[in-house]
Amino acid sequence: MSLSKTGVLYIAVLALACAAPFIGGYPLFLMKCLCFALFACAFNLLIGFTGLLSFGHAMFFGMAAYIAAHSAKVWGWTPEVAIIAATLGSAALGYVTGWLAVRRQGIYFAMITLALSQMVYFFCVQAPFTYAEDGIQSVPRGKLFGVISLADDRVMYYFVLAIFVFGYWMIHRIIHSPFGQVLKSIRENEPRALSLGYEVHKYKLLAFVLSAALAGMAGATKALALGLATLTDVQWQMSGEVVLMTLLGGMGTIAGPVVGSTIIIAMQNYLSGFGSWVTIIMGATFVVCVLAFRRGIVGELQHFLKSRSNKA
Amino acid sequence: MTGEFILETRDLTKEFKGFTAVDRVNLKVRRGSIHALIGPNGAGKTTVFNLLTKFLAPTSGGILYKGQDITAEAPGHVAQKGIIRSFQISAVFPNLTVLENVRVALQRKLGTSFHFWQSEKTLDQLNSRAMELLEQVDLTQFAALTAGELPYGRKRALEIATTLAMDPELMLLDEPTQGMGHEDVGRVVELIRKVAANRTVLMVEHNMSVVANLSSTITVLQRGAVLAEGPYETVSKDPRVLEAYVGSEDAHG
Repeated sequence: MSLSKTGVLYIAVLALACAAPFIGGYPLFLMKCLCFALFACAFNLLIGFTGLLSFGHAMFFGMAAYIAAHSAKVWGWTPEVAIIAATLGSAALGYVTGWLAVRRQGIYFAMITLALSQMVYFFCVQAPFTYAEDGIQSVPRGKLFGVISLADDRVMYYFVLAIFVFGYWMIHRIIHSPFGQVLKSIRENEPRALSLGYEVHKYKLLAFVLSAALAGMAGATKALALGLATLTDVQWQMSGEVVLMTLLGGMGTIAGPVVGSTIIIAMQNYLSGFGSWVTIIMGATFVVCVLAFRRGIVGELQHFLKSRSNKA
Repeated sequence: MTGEFILETRDLTKEFKGFTAVDRVNLKVRRGSIHALIGPNGAGKTTVFNLLTKFLAPTSGGILYKGQDITAEAPGHVAQKGIIRSFQISAVFPNLTVLENVRVALQRKLGTSFHFWQSEKTLDQLNSRAMELLEQVDLTQFAALTAGELPYGRKRALEIATTLAMDPELMLLDEPTQGMGHEDVGRVVELIRKVAANRTVLMVEHNMSVVANLSSTITVLQRGAVLAEGPYETVSKDPRVLEAYVGSEDAHG
């Protein structure tokens, strides 16, 4: 019963998302929301379902943005090829960094991912193709499959929506797969999973690569949608922001990161008049979140609904 | 390689900084027996367990399983060879259901554990086997419950069911009745007897009545070294053992 309720909810949200540009939604803002929502969902795959706190996810998001922007602008690749290339690039980066990081746990894991992402950041500062402080600007959206022009914001919006739905479905599938079961058991009790014969490093590494690939897909899509790939995307603040988005929405809930990221992006967008106060407001939001509702918005909601149905 | 002893240790030693936790221990666990490892607190029992399951690396000495040297194996591999341990603190996956807890252990044999593109419905074929295992430990009525909600004694039972799902040849039980009420102890003792029927069990246990009741061989550890070994009747009358236990406040029996 609850399953069909969730299904109805998904259909309603999807219908709303499809109608959004026609009922006053600003396509660029909506696309930005979707890209960051996918980024947060990818991050949540690690922290929420594997129990690994990565503090360097900006490297996948940002690096993919550069790869997509460069291949679309300089090499003239079509958008879908640019995004696939960037996703694979992030997956490869994820394999290398993950291979190093999964050997350590807890804070050490977080520190290694942070250190590696800083290395990627400084690479991006120095490498000529990124144009350092300027970033890669006015990236052409090109023609989808070489046919459909994505220059119109609404057309591009549906392309981004399709990518988001695919990514979200993918994460849903990963979580509810035989692999996802093992991930959850590692999150819950790693020594026990090990004693059941699971070589936990390998599972963590695959989860890390998948998360990196999906984060990359989000970054690449963002670069094409907004026509921009800059150092902001690969900076450590971005890694912090995705943690905030996920915690605010509810880590370990599949829809939480979408809610969290939308709130953060909306705050950045609509409060931008306050200048640097936005950062302070976001910080305060984070403190309130940690103090008052630790499960995050969706997590608290689920808990509330569950405890109510238990009483009934 | 089907010798009389399924597991042997040769001068197994573990030193932590300036402190020898396990000192040249030679254990021989007879195939098909229930072997108990006892001793006062700090005698090194859990360390021995961690060495046997490779959660710790020995400083020196060797471990032989079915005549094969496993001293350098990784913990995941030791588990795959059929040595499965339980933990002192009840080790369940608290946010998975009781059924899922057992199923995770069964799942590895399907060979699909890396298949992130498959639906978890493909695991449903294991449900009937999982229910059988739950039946063995009287947990069928709790199958759909989240494991974290089970009372303590039931969690231990679930842990044993999960361990059984691995179809281990050698089960290592770390204090299976620790922290249990009288009723639960009786149930777990019966359970261990049942599951030990066609496999070997090595357990660490404080509760002397449990040890006396179940085990055919007892090894007494003190300060990391073997103090005495033999059946309960012999060991319990050994003056050195009595002294070791009277000397500490750890005698439960």
